[in-house]
Amino acid sequence: MSQTISSGASNEDKSGSESSGHEYLAFKLGKEEYGIDILKVQEIRGYEAVTRVANAPEFVKGVINLRGIIVPIVDMRIKFKLGEPTYDQFTVVIILNISGRVVGIVVDSVSDVITLSQEHLKPAPDMGAMNSNYLIGLGTLDERMLILIDIDKLMSSPDMGLIEKVAA
Amino acid sequence: MTIDMNQFFQVFFDEAEELLAEMEKLLLAVDVSSPDIEDLNAIFRAAHSIKGGASTFGLTDLTDVTHVLENLLDRIRKGEMALTAEHVDAFLAAKDILKMQLDGHRLHTHVDQEAVADVRMMLQSLSQEMPIAPPPPPPEAVMVKEDDTDKFAHVKLCFRIELPQLGERDVTALSGELALLGRLSTEVLSDKRHVFTLATDETVDDIIAICSFILNPDDLKITEVDMPVSVVASASSAKTEEELGYGFFEPLEDLRAFIAQGSDSEQVENKAQAAPTPEPVATASAPAQPDRRHNGRRETDRNQVGQESSIRVGIEKVDQLINLVGELVITQAMIEQRTLALDPMQHERLLNSVSQLTRSTRDLQEAVMSIRMMPMDYVFSRFPRMVRDLASKLGKKVEFVTHGAATELDKGLIERIVDPLTHLVRNSIDHGIETPSVRAAAGKSETGRLSLSAAHQGGNIIIEVSDDGGGLNRERILAKAKQNGVPVGDNMADADVWQLIFAPGFSTAEVVTDVSGRGVGMDVVKRNITSMGGVVDIRSAKGFGTTISISLPLTLAILDGMSIKVGDEVYILPLGYVVESLQPEPADVKEITGQGRVIKVRGDYLPLIPLYQMFGITPIFTDPCEGIVVILESDGRKAALFVDDLVGQQQVVVKNLESNYCKVAGISGATILGDGGVSLIVDVAALLRSSRQLNDESIFS
Repeated sequence: MSQTISSGASNEDKSGSESSGHEYLAFKLGKEEYGIDILKVQEIRGYEAVTRVANAPEFVKGVINLRGIIVPIVDMRIKFKLGEPTYDQFTVVIILNISGRVVGIVVDSVSDVITLSQEHLKPAPDMGAMNSNYLIGLGTLDERMLILIDIDKLMSSPDMGLIEKVAA
Repeated sequence: MTIDMNQFFQVFFDEAEELLAEMEKLLLAVDVSSPDIEDLNAIFRAAHSIKGGASTFGLTDLTDVTHVLENLLDRIRKGEMALTAEHVDAFLAAKDILKMQLDGHRLHTHVDQEAVADVRMMLQSLSQEMPIAPPPPPPEAVMVKEDDTDKFAHVKLCFRIELPQLGERDVTALSGELALLGRLSTEVLSDKRHVFTLATDETVDDIIAICSFILNPDDLKITEVDMPVSVVASASSAKTEEELGYGFFEPLEDLRAFIAQGSDSEQVENKAQAAPTPEPVATASAPAQPDRRHNGRRETDRNQVGQESSIRVGIEKVDQLINLVGELVITQAMIEQRTLALDPMQHERLLNSVSQLTRSTRDLQEAVMSIRMMPMDYVFSRFPRMVRDLASKLGKKVEFVTHGAATELDKGLIERIVDPLTHLVRNSIDHGIETPSVRAAAGKSETGRLSLSAAHQGGNIIIEVSDDGGGLNRERILAKAKQNGVPVGDNMADADVWQLIFAPGFSTAEVVTDVSGRGVGMDVVKRNITSMGGVVDIRSAKGFGTTISISLPLTLAILDGMSIKVGDEVYILPLGYVVESLQPEPADVKEITGQGRVIKVRGDYLPLIPLYQMFGITPIFTDPCEGIVVILESDGRKAALFVDDLVGQQQVVVKNLESNYCKVAGISGATILGDGGVSLIVDVAALLRSSRQLNDESIFS
């Protein structure tokens, strides 16, 4: 049943290879649970001291040294205005690899990796804090509901200011 | 300055070998019927680069072959001539010859001068060819025919065979077949029909029998001509070549003579059995030569095993190595720190091991870093010889100066900057600097000045080639652009006009010399620099000279840095900008209304830039007299940077901030400190500029 549906609908950039569903990394931000494509995730690490970058937007915490690579760290809680961010031993940084660029995002906690097939996906309603352009949809599995983010689009969006305006 | 030329030769050999390999790859892949213009350009550039390198090192034999090759390629590239399979064959043959010559220089193996002359003739005749004339039979066919020449030297019968209009392939096949019978030469009639002149012992019937495989015998017109063979051969070939506009009759005959001596043993032997009266000389001399060649090749193989003393490794592998070593150093520093707390008596052996680890790690790091870093001298020292040779060749007087030869640059960049710089220097001498008489007439000294400089500046490496010659000619560039069909306007800005010279095939030189003027140089320059993420900028004033400035981003340049502290943040100032640091007396700090503060240093009033204000940091001190000011200098302007404290001085590896993040104003890069943390490198030039702007604005408002 699910096989036949999965090739259509909103799942454009994921070709028909995953007929049995797609894996998402589930993490918590504030009270909500979010999901991002697991293939964009390079690694998960604890929060460590960052070097502040002058005149950067508030949600860019700074840069860290990730085995010799300078990686900017974005705090999603500040970006989405989800309460006062706290940094403790449970604060987690998800290192993403988005079209060759490495970026870290700070989240409250990482839950697990879940597999969602097309039947679990619902189109996203319009949401306040986050432009619905960046949403793939809502994933529902049993009692849980995940907000699925198109992390590629979100991170390369101009209001993140992470990527230089594409020079013509 | 003594220069060990050997290392440069080695680099040239490696490069040339790569270029040849690439050329071959492209040639083999090229679609003869509809060649990709980019591929042709790439082949041309490869040939051009080899020529450039060869002439730099005075390897004239390589230059000679590449020059002819280039001429032909250029005509094809410009569409004056259609690419044919023969061209490709000829180019491949030329590539083999170049390889042989290269090995000759490098490994001192035997270079077959006959083959060299052979290929040069072939290329020359191809490039002299009239555009409309149908291509001559492929070189292989020529070989086959000529191999047999001597064996048929005695025959008296001669036939003139007029063919109907045939496809190129049929003509080739037929000429191959007929060549088995005797001495054959081909000519083309005005209506594109081919005429063979065959000197043979066979009868007309035999000829018809052979031809009937391919065409209807009734279409054939065979007439018997009775003439001494040598006369026939030379007369007919002379005629052929005159008709085709070759103009290279004599060399071709020489060439045939060479080949006739038997360069290919197998063929000669086979033919010898089939031929009516084998020529003993041909068979006897033939086997001797291949033997020598085989020996030569074996020697080459042996030599190649011996010379594997350097390997070429991908940059990314070295980068990975450097990153890993960096990690190791940091881990090692951590271990060292932890062990400091231990009781030296109790843990003596552990502490000994740790100190050994420290030493090895440091050595390892140094060794790894040295893989990539090289002084610009490596590039610069190639040029004096080239400049001298070129200048004397062109009858110009040139004084050559270099600045900043000690500037260290990543090896990857150094290797890639050589070609562009070579082109630029050559252009400067050829087009930029005028002849002594012209210079004298313009009121300048007879000796032109060409300078090469390198410097770290604001997060970039700036390499400049500047001459005090005639400057770029705006009118001529615009005229040429119009001629090339580039849309231009007469009131374009100078900078835009100068950029036009980077278009492929753009040259305003009236004469194409073997030095430059084909319009390939700037094309390559721009392409190479852009691929390194750099920018080329031209400044030129008519009559005063041209400066071409290449700005490359620092990918992995090492920087001597001074680490400073503001609040609890550590920044790195490139030491090159730092003049001195001092703690000012309260009396030396003056407030200028609306324009911030200035500080008096030995009589000069310098603007004071508080770093905490620029970067929005909460500082420890807000009074310059409590902290430290660092006097910086860039572009001849000085300013005083106010910081909290000096931390130290260290060499840092510059990491690019922009690879994962956007450009940050005032920051040129980042580096990793000993504790694994990141520290940002201050873009001093930009900082001084922006502070000046701030001041200027406040003056106006």
